[in-house]
Amino acid sequence: MKKNNHCKFIRSMRSIVKIGFIKQLVILVGLIGSSACLLGQTKALNDAAQKASVKRGEIIYKKVCLSCHMADGGGVPHLNPPLAQSSYVLGDKSKIIYIVLHGMTDRVPIEDEYYSNNMAPHSDLTNLEIADVLTYVRNSFGNNATAVSIADVKASRLNGVKKKK
Amino acid sequence: MIKYFLPLLLVVSSSAFCAVPLKDHSAPAKAIVTAFQDTSGLSLPKGFAAVKIADGLGVARHIAVTPQGEVYVKLAFNKRGKYQNGILRLVDLDGDGRVDTVEAFGKISGTGIAIKNGYLYASSDEEVYRYKLDNKNVVIHPNEPEKIITGLINRHQHESKSIVLDNVGNIYVNIGAYANACQIQDRTLHSPGHMPCPILDSAGGIWQFKADKLNQTYADGIRYATGLRNVVGLDWNTQTNSLFVMQHGRDQLHDNWPELFDEKTSAELPAETMYEIHKGDNAGWPYIYYNQLLNKKILAPEYGGDGKKEGGENAINPVIAFPGHLAPDGLLFYTGNQFPERYKNGAFIAFHGSWNRAPEPQKGYFVVFVPFKNGKPVGNWEIFADGFSGKEIITSTRQADHRPCGLAQGPDGSLYVSDDSKGTIYKISYQGK
Repeated sequence: MKKNNHCKFIRSMRSIVKIGFIKQLVILVGLIGSSACLLGQTKALNDAAQKASVKRGEIIYKKVCLSCHMADGGGVPHLNPPLAQSSYVLGDKSKIIYIVLHGMTDRVPIEDEYYSNNMAPHSDLTNLEIADVLTYVRNSFGNNATAVSIADVKASRLNGVKKKK
Repeated sequence: MIKYFLPLLLVVSSSAFCAVPLKDHSAPAKAIVTAFQDTSGLSLPKGFAAVKIADGLGVARHIAVTPQGEVYVKLAFNKRGKYQNGILRLVDLDGDGRVDTVEAFGKISGTGIAIKNGYLYASSDEEVYRYKLDNKNVVIHPNEPEKIITGLINRHQHESKSIVLDNVGNIYVNIGAYANACQIQDRTLHSPGHMPCPILDSAGGIWQFKADKLNQTYADGIRYATGLRNVVGLDWNTQTNSLFVMQHGRDQLHDNWPELFDEKTSAELPAETMYEIHKGDNAGWPYIYYNQLLNKKILAPEYGGDGKKEGGENAINPVIAFPGHLAPDGLLFYTGNQFPERYKNGAFIAFHGSWNRAPEPQKGYFVVFVPFKNGKPVGNWEIFADGFSGKEIITSTRQADHRPCGLAQGPDGSLYVSDDSKGTIYKISYQGK
């Protein structure tokens, strides 16, 4: 969006002011600089938004998830799978969103280990709550993965289709 | 004969067995076993010492010790395990008390193991097998077990099939309930209970089979007791000539019914319970749970309970109850002569350690002793062996270094404890006052 604006701006400058090539180049460099600055600001805004999401998510985690997955995301050997460094958590977002919405009763190995307990569905949580708690989980316990957005959760609810890699 | 001979990675240093008496060994006690330095890291009552006879075995569930003092270990193995077999025989070649080699056999991942009348019995999560033993209690054909029970339900929750035998040719198998509280939706907020609970027809109880009949199914067995959510530790009490079991009480009172139970209450309740079982008994799961603070059977919230209403008029009472979620995985009535007199016929219980006490600190990870007189507990339970976890406070179950699971008595009266976290086998002996 912003890039397009800049391009339009440059084209209009060229057509209206009819400045020379060197001057154009100088202006372009200036514009690149300022747009980088704008991008930086956007990133900062995103970081702040993610931080806020993680903070809200932590509260939900403590209320809903901690009793099985533990304060450190370590889970319980053979019973409740760990969230720390789990391919289920770090991989395709839609997979973990699906599990939160629908629970998990499948007998499947996670990193070669089987876990016995069933997980309850949590579709009663709002899209924002699920986005927050998963953003928290994907960025805690040593995990570092992209945020989960409300739109991601909404899409998963609409899909209702299990996505597995 | 036995296919795999694998060296044991970690055995105790030879110093663990040097014949140096303990420092406080002042009185001329009748030392039944050769005294050794305790290198186990466990804390034990005065006069007792422990040693790790083996380490790094994998998910070492229940254990059995032969009259020759050899230990059979039942493994629940997976792809990443060191052994891709389900039974280990720990061999002490030179008789110095240290395990020298480990023989692995049997593609049976599971929990239960027992020795009786010339056979080694071992269970997977669906079946029970037996292996003929020679006159030294060594398995004769490790690749040719007889399948005695088959087709037991395994829906990957409470799937362990623990086993014990009586003295008249029966084998008892725990078939755990594949649910927490028989809710319409398992472990889910405000989900009510099925009425009646359909799980109880094929699980949530103890089944009795013949110890020597091949290929028995549910149709050949008897539902010996029902209303038992999950039993991992069980033993035949030869004094009362009856079955005793340790039930794992239900989880998640707070998670599923937060308006009735706060987190602290939910960490303590319900009790882990010991029952003496007679044929036809019903312990009441899922309709009730036991509150050890009130000594009452309380109607489960899934069935209209509010944490106060009583229920289970026809359900048996436990003989003793313990704090919630400690996870009793091993039960053994001590019949040896090595330990002091007060231990005779009493019960040792291996508590695996909790997970469902979070966010409160976790508890358990110890071996408890309950003194018995005339087949009934007398006095309180006491912690016998502690320090397995290696931590002061456990907030996350995974932090525990070792987790006690199985118990067995050696021919010399020593107590063996298995750990299914690091695969350590402990031998606890009494060395005198």
